[in-house]
Amino acid sequence: MSPSLTQKPSPTGMYQVIEGIISPVNDSYGKKDLVASHHRVAMAQLALQTSDWIRVDPWESEQAQWMETVKVLRLIERSRSKTADYPVKHLPLHHHNQLLKSSAQMEDPDPSKTPSASAALPELKLLCGADVLKTFQTPNLWKDEHIQEIVEKFGLVCVSRRGHDPKGYILDSPILRQFQHNIHLAREPIQNEISATYIRKALGQGQSVKYLLPDTVIAYIRDHGLYSSDGSWTGKGKIS
Amino acid sequence: MDTSEKTEVVLLACGSFNPITNMHLRLFELGKDYMNATGKYRVIKGIISPVGDAYKKKGLIPAHHRIIMAELATKNSHWLEVDTWESLQKEWVETVKVLRHHQEKLATDSCDHPQRSLLMDRPGRKRKWDEQKQDSSPKKPQEPKSTGVPRVKLLCGADLLESFNVPNLWKTEDITQIVANYGLICITRAGSDAQKFIYESDVLWRHQSNIHLVDEWITNDISSTKIRRALRRGQSIRYLVPDLVQEYIEKHDLYNSESEDRNVGVILAPLQRNISEAKHSNPTA
Repeated sequence: MSPSLTQKPSPTGMYQVIEGIISPVNDSYGKKDLVASHHRVAMAQLALQTSDWIRVDPWESEQAQWMETVKVLRLIERSRSKTADYPVKHLPLHHHNQLLKSSAQMEDPDPSKTPSASAALPELKLLCGADVLKTFQTPNLWKDEHIQEIVEKFGLVCVSRRGHDPKGYILDSPILRQFQHNIHLAREPIQNEISATYIRKALGQGQSVKYLLPDTVIAYIRDHGLYSSDGSWTGKGKIS
Repeated sequence: MDTSEKTEVVLLACGSFNPITNMHLRLFELGKDYMNATGKYRVIKGIISPVGDAYKKKGLIPAHHRIIMAELATKNSHWLEVDTWESLQKEWVETVKVLRHHQEKLATDSCDHPQRSLLMDRPGRKRKWDEQKQDSSPKKPQEPKSTGVPRVKLLCGADLLESFNVPNLWKTEDITQIVANYGLICITRAGSDAQKFIYESDVLWRHQSNIHLVDEWITNDISSTKIRRALRRGQSIRYLVPDLVQEYIEKHDLYNSESEDRNVGVILAPLQRNISEAKHSNPTA
């Protein structure tokens, strides 16, 4: 089999994205500089206040411990198919009833036809940056069977990032190569390299992050004294 | 260091702002942080001065829209403001003249009201000032501020610095005056050729102490050209420009293939002016 990537047709018309979900990781993930999840969830909610299609799901962060990404995907999928028979308005948001409701409306152009349980469920895909794709290669970070399940059963939408070669990562991995049709590489024509690492560093040095983060998130960080080098925020006059 | 020993600085950015983007706004934040961190300067104001329609750049939409978008973008800022003087002039104005205009205004302001902090200005007040004719009668000189008059400096990206080399775009004497009398604060991608560019120019080299290069660690490629292209292709510009600007653009359908065709085939005003002035001063050319 040729190791080259198959040419994908332009995605126009193949998919319609109906919802975006941000699922902040659990505190017990143990990553350096990770602030408490209730803060990270609150900041994401503030950032998404003005979005009409992206939501935050705190479920993963509220669990007793860290869970593998594939389990989060499975759970979201499972809860969506379980709720297919129920009137959507009775369900809490984290079962993604909105997902189901809007997908049924989208797929059926006839408004008089009621959504049925047999209407195809929207596909749930993992959205990530090319740096995450690279981490598949890190020893012991991911289980191979999980990587396979993610790309085989769900699918990946991977956004390019400077200094990364997602096509190369795919070619270097037998699993990714096998399911490359299910890995969509989204090009970012306008490069915008805002990393949270940089943001934390800038905040620690008292530098402005205005226009890199929504104003509401900056205010939250200031009010709660997050990410400052000595635990106390000194940039009161510098924020605006 | 005692605050009163610091030189007060006003950052001025000229450009099309067609439309204004988060990148433009970031230039101001980076420039302010850098100058303040030197310990020698205190940045007190940032001025966005959109170019007039007479600039005749391809795709340049009417100034009033560009002004409104810049005002929407700076609504939540306590130190950034939009100035309409340049865009209200009938003919295109050289950048050095815009710098001179603002420096003279600061000098007059400083003499009249030595105690008034420029930060207290309400944005509306600024425009009122522009509409008044410059008072030609000299005011009775009062005690100058102990810190001296704030200095205007030109804030820009590497593209402007490198445009100094474009034939007939800039007058050499203008470049000299900009770096000698005012100063440049140039935000550049880390590892860019800006330093080499300065080294290779005698004028820039001579005044390098007045040229501040600021590293931009976040590659910020949000150029107005790319924004307009994305809009023509129906792609989202969300989070690349302030929400209010994105909504304004959408509401007025500002950028499309028609708008991009504006000024096609028209020579850019500075090129037109510099080439024709060169011809007049050297008729045999």
